[in-house]
Amino acid sequence: MFGKLSWSAIPFDQPIPLITSIILVLVIAGTLGLVTWKRWWPYLWNEWITSVDHKKIGIMYVLLGVVMLIRGFADAIMMRTQQAVAINAPGYLEPEHYDQIFSAHGTIMIFFAAMPLVIGFMNFVTPLQLGVRDVAFPTMNLVSFWLTASGALLVNVSLFVGEFARTGWLPYPPLSETAYSPGVGVDYYLWAVQISGIGTLMTGINFVTTVLKMRCPGMSYLRMPMFCWTTLASSLIIVAVFPILTATLAMLSLDRFFGWHFFTAGAGGNPMMFMNLIWAWGHPEVYILVLPAFGIFSEVFSTFSGKPLFGYRSMVAATLFICIVSMMTWLHHFFTMGSGPAVNTAFGISTSVIAVGTGVKIYNWIFTMYGGRVRMSVPMLWSLGFIFTFVIGGMTGVLLAVPPADFLVHNSMFLVAHFHNVIVGGVVFALFAGLDYWFPKAFGFRLHEGWGKASFWFAFFGFWITFAPLYILGLEGMTRRLQHVNIAEWRPLLLISLAGVGILIVGALCQVIMLVVSIVQRDRLRDDSGDPWDGRSLEWATASPPPFFNFAILPNVEGEEAYWGIKVKAIESQRLSEEPDYRDIEMPVNSPVGFYTAVFASVTGFALIWQIWWLAGLGLAAAFAGFVVFAWRDVHEFHVPADEVAKVERARRAQREALLERIAAEESVPA
Amino acid sequence: MGRDDSRILIDATLIMLAIVVPTILLAFWMAWRYRASNTRAEYLPYWSYSGRIEAVVWSIPILTILFIGGVIWIGSYRLDPFRPLESKTPPLEVQVVSLDWKWLFIYPRQGVATVNRLVVPAGTPVHFSITSASVFNTFFVPRLGSMIYAMPGMVSQLNLQADRPAELWGQSAMFSGDGFSDMQFQVTSVPPDRFAAWAQGARGAGPVLDQAAYAQLARQSQRVAPITFGTVDPNLFAAISTQKIAPAPGPADKQGGREIVAGGRR
Amino acid sequence: MTDHPLPAAVETVRRVREDPHRLGHRGHGHGPVEGAGHGMTGPARKRIIVGYGFWIFLLSDIVLFSCFFAAFAVQRGATAGGPGISQLVEMPRVGWETAALLLSSYTCGLSFAATNARNLLWTQIFLLITGLLGLVFVGLELFEFIDLASRGITPQVSGFLSAFFGLVGLHGLHVTLAGLWLLTMMAQLQVKGFRPEVVHRLICFNLFWHALDIVWIGIFTIVYLMGAVA
Repeated sequence: MFGKLSWSAIPFDQPIPLITSIILVLVIAGTLGLVTWKRWWPYLWNEWITSVDHKKIGIMYVLLGVVMLIRGFADAIMMRTQQAVAINAPGYLEPEHYDQIFSAHGTIMIFFAAMPLVIGFMNFVTPLQLGVRDVAFPTMNLVSFWLTASGALLVNVSLFVGEFARTGWLPYPPLSETAYSPGVGVDYYLWAVQISGIGTLMTGINFVTTVLKMRCPGMSYLRMPMFCWTTLASSLIIVAVFPILTATLAMLSLDRFFGWHFFTAGAGGNPMMFMNLIWAWGHPEVYILVLPAFGIFSEVFSTFSGKPLFGYRSMVAATLFICIVSMMTWLHHFFTMGSGPAVNTAFGISTSVIAVGTGVKIYNWIFTMYGGRVRMSVPMLWSLGFIFTFVIGGMTGVLLAVPPADFLVHNSMFLVAHFHNVIVGGVVFALFAGLDYWFPKAFGFRLHEGWGKASFWFAFFGFWITFAPLYILGLEGMTRRLQHVNIAEWRPLLLISLAGVGILIVGALCQVIMLVVSIVQRDRLRDDSGDPWDGRSLEWATASPPPFFNFAILPNVEGEEAYWGIKVKAIESQRLSEEPDYRDIEMPVNSPVGFYTAVFASVTGFALIWQIWWLAGLGLAAAFAGFVVFAWRDVHEFHVPADEVAKVERARRAQREALLERIAAEESVPA
Repeated sequence: MGRDDSRILIDATLIMLAIVVPTILLAFWMAWRYRASNTRAEYLPYWSYSGRIEAVVWSIPILTILFIGGVIWIGSYRLDPFRPLESKTPPLEVQVVSLDWKWLFIYPRQGVATVNRLVVPAGTPVHFSITSASVFNTFFVPRLGSMIYAMPGMVSQLNLQADRPAELWGQSAMFSGDGFSDMQFQVTSVPPDRFAAWAQGARGAGPVLDQAAYAQLARQSQRVAPITFGTVDPNLFAAISTQKIAPAPGPADKQGGREIVAGGRR
Repeated sequence: MTDHPLPAAVETVRRVREDPHRLGHRGHGHGPVEGAGHGMTGPARKRIIVGYGFWIFLLSDIVLFSCFFAAFAVQRGATAGGPGISQLVEMPRVGWETAALLLSSYTCGLSFAATNARNLLWTQIFLLITGLLGLVFVGLELFEFIDLASRGITPQVSGFLSAFFGLVGLHGLHVTLAGLWLLTMMAQLQVKGFRPEVVHRLICFNLFWHALDIVWIGIFTIVYLMGAVA
């Protein structure tokens, strides 16, 4: 009846997951209770859960990403603590548990923290910067989000029903085959990632179409802000490589469920094929994350230097170069397979060549500051911290791309330090910069500057104190994923690394305090102008927060840096552009289909994990029924009457008039 | 070999540090020089292009990578782990099998085998043929040089040499399951004459490694103390690497779910 | 002093009129195409967006297939003592399968010609024929699999057979799902008529069906024809 599911799946004998899950359940129940008690359900349902507004979907993505970032960070704290205490000792985590933690850490951080955060920013920012009202497929966008959310849900369910994979974040066969991993852990991994991966693929399709086909009048390719270019490049990579992930995981599922032999040891199975396929997805995945991060830094450097981005066309070329070459480097993840010097040389060089693209970008950001008026606000601090961290991470990356060097440090703590160096230093720093930068646009008030700076400094030093020792440990031969360490000389470095984690925790607390303080002081931090940073791209032309239709009239772009042009013109003439004729606007209607999809995807995924076939069948049938019902609806869009548009837009214009007067008073610009 | 590998590591680091350090300093200097409060620095609000700077900006990384590319090319061929080491002494043959979770070393010429203990003669090149009986592992002796994968159904090769007698350690460098952390092995390099004596003494003594003993050995176990087998089935390695002997069985409990979690406490 | 208008000013005004967004050009040889999403006239029309997005999806679907093609190529020889490709191929049946699918592509095209003429009856008739031909294809494939299984040739035998059943089965699954989609579309067309969104979906369905045909030609060549020769 319930497949492999039985009471023994609940970890009654394991205090850590048991207590964690009890607390989690209490927190969730408490939240739901509060929502019910306060009668917030209609608001949540109408304004968020069913909303097809790209801004709200973006915010929900970011929220999901932040929650999962905390979960992944908790895993990281446990791992570092375990390695610091388990030196010639068993530590406090048994191998079965520790193995699940590092697998969950990697899976969560990549799929359910970094990806939702990056996609969240793409969602919130790209249509605003392109000067349009929504993405190409608003409802599909909502479905994408909910698929990602149900994947995240499945990963968390594994904490207290069954177990998670004990194979690492990429389940290499034959270890991940039923012969060596008979439990449901790998199945949790497979279905969680499969479901969220389909969501990501749909996001990729959506944003390729959005950037290529949905731009406001005059927004030619070479006028798009850098972030839009990186969104495009990242989405192109998603479209090209996420199907590979889907195919690979499907093959592994067939092996595990039905005893096929794609990757088994023996019977003609080929485990190396898995490694090739998974890294043909896995390496470009890194660039899916880091390209939008580069986009965020480009926006920040240019805005906070008060200058256009230096070498814009170069930057576009470098972005597309990275986009293409990123798909030609996957083999450097297994030089030590012994594929021969010719193959290793080719992939070693193709890997290092990517550094040309990133190098050009770094120099262009530096020269963006040249001749600027650099404001050391929080986003700028993260960006400068990024340059330092990422340049060193890039250097160790090129070292790993030199095959003879890789033969010494492959799979070691050196590698661990390297990829945290680029992913934390590149992606996470960018996300914090972006959070600070676009927060006022999303919520109408800025984040507290002091706590933001404190958080940066703790995170920056915490990061280096955590990971610099790992470089040394890697060079001394310490391999990754050790549940305990048999070499006592490594103790000091492991303890320093643990201390670094302590500093990172302080940094994370500063972020939380920053958020609380900012909400409390929101009136003082209010952004009345819609343009708190003296911005240059079109998102700053809207009010903060923007109306649900973004733009009353789609902007007419007449050059690069669309909003800067409009702003300069307004300041010069000391008045706003002529008020246009307002027309009715058509906006897509909200849809419960996303939430419905999440419910059936989670149920089907759970049923497949535990091999409850009838439930899986039911889930799929419900999916098809939902698809038909959705396809049957007649109303796709609703009209916003011109009067309402005018009302909202006039309020914004009043804000802008006030801003203009303030500027005129302060600067006394000659008329 | 190991020394050359690290030399390349250091060379490549130095090449890149020559670029990286000035770049970081330049970034910080720019941010400091053009800080908003510094009104003495000129403000060029529209300056966003310079053909000369662009040329430099593209050529610095390109030249660096061309240089590194050369290092990669030459290094990959010269330090290919499959390539025999140049030496007057003929190499010692060692066959390596990774098991859950221990290492089996077979000395085909000497007719002996060891578990979790590798004895090699100093100053003599050693040619390893490496396979896995179960899941992926990586054979790695950090002080000797390169690592290489141990893969089921395939044989990889590695050539190493210990220059002087020493007590070293080796390990698996690829996660292979719950017993992975203890997949370490002793590496003892001894003078050649003592190695010959050791092999002579071990031969014929101790337990026999035939297919039955191997089947017992292939079952999952952790922290296995070193064993020396005095007699070895000469076809064993070939049978394992071509999977004539079925892959190792994995966990005994095939039920799955949470119940197998208790495994490590046994 | 002079009655002549200023020539440069006239030229400027003319250019600004032709190029309101200062793009420095007037589109590609023709004036700006309204609703094409070319950057000068704002977002594209819904029909273009839907079609474009579906093309992108098709590309990603082709990548999905290419992984299974790659697996097949890699594991072609990994028979593990089991049967090889030449023992699997039964050319006449595959010939009929191919004929049915290719013909269905043709009738699918005819249905869209009828759609363009907004002729409900003929659209439905051709869609029905397309679906029936698809059913013939899937049915023949199913018979093939059952036949193979009765001879003990199942994907559990070897890596090669896993790859074979994986690739061919994935295509079969696609055709089956497309068939479900087709039934839904026929019902929807009957109830709602040629509403714009229904036509958009018909366009996408056509693209999908033809793409599956193209993939089948790949499978037919690489798996069956080359297998028969082997």
